[in-house]
Amino acid sequence: MSSVFEARTGAADVTASAEREWRRPSYWPFVIPALVVVLAVIVFPWAFTIWMSLNEWKVGSPTIFVGFANYLRLPSDPRFVEAVAHTLVYTLLSVVLPLVFGTFAAVVFHANFRGRGVLRGIFIMPMMATPVAIALVWTMMFHPQLGVLNYLLSLVGVPAQLWVFHPATVIPSLVLVETWQWTPLIMLIVLGGIAAIPTEPYEGALIDGATAWQMFRYITLPLISPFLFIAAMVRMIDAVKSFDIIFAITQGGPGTASETINLYLYSVAFTYYDLGYGSAIAVILFLLIVALAALLLYLRQRAQWTEIGGGA
Amino acid sequence: MSIRFVIGRIGLWLSVFLIVSPAILFFLWMISLSVKFEVDNAAYPPVLIPEHFAWSNYTDVLASNRFLTYFKNSLVVTGTATLLAMLVGVPAGYGIARMAAKKSAIVILIARITPGLSYLIPLFLLFQWLGLLGTLWPQIIIHLVVTVPIVIWIMIGYFETTPLELEEAALIDGATRWQVFRHVALPIAKPGLAVAFILAVIFSWNNFVFGIVLAGRETRTLPVAVYNMISFDQLSWGPLAAAALIVTFPVLLLTIFAQRQIVAGLTAGAVKGG
Repeated sequence: MSSVFEARTGAADVTASAEREWRRPSYWPFVIPALVVVLAVIVFPWAFTIWMSLNEWKVGSPTIFVGFANYLRLPSDPRFVEAVAHTLVYTLLSVVLPLVFGTFAAVVFHANFRGRGVLRGIFIMPMMATPVAIALVWTMMFHPQLGVLNYLLSLVGVPAQLWVFHPATVIPSLVLVETWQWTPLIMLIVLGGIAAIPTEPYEGALIDGATAWQMFRYITLPLISPFLFIAAMVRMIDAVKSFDIIFAITQGGPGTASETINLYLYSVAFTYYDLGYGSAIAVILFLLIVALAALLLYLRQRAQWTEIGGGA
Repeated sequence: MSIRFVIGRIGLWLSVFLIVSPAILFFLWMISLSVKFEVDNAAYPPVLIPEHFAWSNYTDVLASNRFLTYFKNSLVVTGTATLLAMLVGVPAGYGIARMAAKKSAIVILIARITPGLSYLIPLFLLFQWLGLLGTLWPQIIIHLVVTVPIVIWIMIGYFETTPLELEEAALIDGATRWQVFRHVALPIAKPGLAVAFILAVIFSWNNFVFGIVLAGRETRTLPVAVYNMISFDQLSWGPLAAAALIVTFPVLLLTIFAQRQIVAGLTAGAVKGG
């Protein structure tokens, strides 16, 4: 294709300049409107948040530049330290559980069966539905006396639970909702990976008499590992940021038992109107996500090395 | 072999049942809650299908003046934020794809990682300073944080895969860049437009965090309005569930009818707003 053009440009000098013009036309006019919007609603808030985090900035009182004082306050703020712990536990569970169930669901949805399209549609409904609406129904289901969950437990002989109404069970209960909601996204990502695997390895394994589990463990799993990594990354980012479900169901309670960093950030900024301190928390929250992403990348690289080393 | 096949099929259907039942049971229960009178909702053991249906739960919600206002607010915020995002995001996706400026997508990535609340603090001050609070504009503008990255991200992906030959031919024939975009690139990318539009609509419609801070009494969107119902009507589950179902119904409908586009969009970029 390009050699044809080159031949032509060589033939006639007149068209050469014209063609050079269209070969590298400027596409900036297409991008500029979006650039303006992105600068206004994404870059500006970012820069301003960093600036605010360096100030004592409370609604209704004068702003004072305090340097890193807001950041230095964080380690000695017990509520913040507690929120970090809650966030890490919540995130770990909300990554691992959907990853396990999502992978299983992907294997199942890769099989051929009647009504697969419709059932897949139903399966992804939890993640598309309005989170607040879902949270509201879950709250009703968690109700210790009238909730349907305790009734279901009683059918199999398990004693009634307090679910989101007890400090010890509130985070696992919220993770249950989060897992229910976001397993479908993992399923979709992993399903994309499984669909890309050629059929030959399985045919060979079948002839060799491999069991379904062996085929999954030694063929499917290694081949979908890049997709599992992406899924884990996406899930981690969303779990750390999780807000709607927690806020609508518990508002961080009972007490502060389910208060994650994002929930605490909301309280600091929009209940106490301590905007400077809130901005510092926002920056740290972002850095935490970046740090966890780096950790995942590191773990993936190490796993790859041991894979190569162990396989040889 | 055939016995093994039968066992395999049974196992498959058991697995399918296991996987899909949490979603089915949840939404069935949601519907059940919304059509029951308080007596049935407070009954133990719980009742799935009541003897008398409380359709009044729905008519009461729909008949309330407030609800219609909130519905209109949601339509205006989501509609405007999506259309504006398409207007600036589709050409941007085209430009970035053609310039092969993949690095600029890092801004989109950062926007994807950043918690929604981080945008709220500075923009809240800005809107206050501009005197916009009390109108729908703050919410429309901040919803662009959700919709613009989705649209740009998805459109980059689509324009990257569309063939360049046609565009080059049109340029040689003397078409302007804008004409090429409008008459060659855009029609080919139509499926991408649908995907970007649908996802932007859903994530904007579902957004909650921006509303709780920026919405006043008259400017609430539906998710915020439903959340406020919780705090006031703690005990009447029927109308609450009905309201929740009405709020999420358009999205569920889209999920069923545009499943293909949604799946394509989510797996392409693995994006989610907020």
